[in-house]
Amino acid sequence: MQTFINIALPKGRLGEKVYDMFERAGYECPSIKEPGRRLVFENAEVGVRYFWVKPSDVAIYVERGAADIGVCGKDILLEYAPDVYELLDLDIGKCHMAVAAKSDFVDNREKTLRVATKFDHIASRYYQAQGRDIDIIHLNGSIELAPLLGLSDVIVDIVETGATLRENNLCVVEKFQPISARLIANKASFKFTSDRIDKIKEALSALK
Amino acid sequence: MRADDILNTLTKKELAVFKLRALYTASGYSRYKMSKFEEYDLYAKNKDFLPTEDIITFKDGQRLLALKPDVTLSIIKSCQDRLHGVSKLCYNESVYRPQNGGQFKEITQVGIECLGEVCESEVAEVIGLAGASLAGITDTYALEISSLDIISAMLDRLPLSYQGRKKMLECIADKSEGGIFDVARDEAILSDRLEPITALISIYGAPAEVRPSLLALKTEGAVGEAIDSFISLLDTLDGGEVGRHLFVDFSALGNMKYYNGVAFKGYIRGIPKCVLSGGQYDRLLARMRKNMRGVGFAFYLDELDMLPE
Repeated sequence: MQTFINIALPKGRLGEKVYDMFERAGYECPSIKEPGRRLVFENAEVGVRYFWVKPSDVAIYVERGAADIGVCGKDILLEYAPDVYELLDLDIGKCHMAVAAKSDFVDNREKTLRVATKFDHIASRYYQAQGRDIDIIHLNGSIELAPLLGLSDVIVDIVETGATLRENNLCVVEKFQPISARLIANKASFKFTSDRIDKIKEALSALK
Repeated sequence: MRADDILNTLTKKELAVFKLRALYTASGYSRYKMSKFEEYDLYAKNKDFLPTEDIITFKDGQRLLALKPDVTLSIIKSCQDRLHGVSKLCYNESVYRPQNGGQFKEITQVGIECLGEVCESEVAEVIGLAGASLAGITDTYALEISSLDIISAMLDRLPLSYQGRKKMLECIADKSEGGIFDVARDEAILSDRLEPITALISIYGAPAEVRPSLLALKTEGAVGEAIDSFISLLDTLDGGEVGRHLFVDFSALGNMKYYNGVAFKGYIRGIPKCVLSGGQYDRLLARMRKNMRGVGFAFYLDELDMLPE
């Protein structure tokens, strides 16, 4: 009997795009589109089991082996460095990790730079490479508020179109890391199901 | 009380300790017992060798001691500077490391070290014992093996900075082809020069299956020599019991400052992480001024708790 390949999908708009790719690649699971509050969906015929999880948790499910494969943003991989294989760039959910500040911001290198962000490690590494002394202010949301209220000098955050920044009189100082959705795999699962995981990877790659 | 009654009371982990100890001693490895403490200086000098920089230390008079975060360093330290022949040791020890960047945990390790005039036959013997260790637990295991010498020789041909090389190794460990191209772009390396590396990370399979792909990567010089030497080892292993479970996978890496030759990792179906890790560490021995070669592995017995009942 064929066992299921467990696939963790990120909840939300990106997850729907990702599922659409899996469906077009031949790994459909019609029940996933039925309305309701279910979180786990199976299609025994093609041997896949999907589940929706919070985008930032996908890598944890995969690293711990609850999912064999999953899809998450490069931002999550850079921030948490989970011990997983990064098999494929799906070329969707494209955006950038960027530094942004108020339009009239002038960097004073004599002072410690106050940086508000959800991505502490990414921001630290970026400024460390420049030898810049910074003070990280970890926030969980509405990062754009920080410079407006004087809580920080700059923010390090994901920028897609820049519309939110513009509406709040903020602008991009530098885009420093392209971000997109990546297919990841649990290292141990890969050893025992590499044929099936490779097939999924190849089918998704053909859609790019 | 009968021996069988006693055996029935043992946990999977306790039973594994007995089985592995019997396997190693029957194969000619002497038991090696060490102190729980070690001078901190040993770890301070070889920080990168350890998976963590966080070590529990305490003062004992004027000496700064550490609760052992590693076994191999202590064994090497206690060795003579030069060995004639081969010294074969096995151990069952606890080490103390933080888990997932959080709290410290006592980790039970069983393993072997083979030191001295180590040749291909000793390397093959140690890999064979790694396979036999996993086979003692289950028959659904995989032992992946890679050649650090091939990777190293391929990277030597690229004009990489220290940081670029480090990032490239991370990408190889993650099988991230996209990451390799990103690093090359940052280092101004033309993408057509990456073909051997991207071909290497796509290689995965049993030794006989991957042989043509490996041979196709052969070039003059260090890369070709490393491929020949790796294929020779694979041929030796393929004939043994471990051969059926052996997979070539170049994502199995170790820190190249210390490791060379082959690296290998063991996996058991149902456990989501690697349960056994080993390889050759001649570079570590040279850094510690020991005139010898070394190969060994550690079996992380705590991971067996994750094995489904």
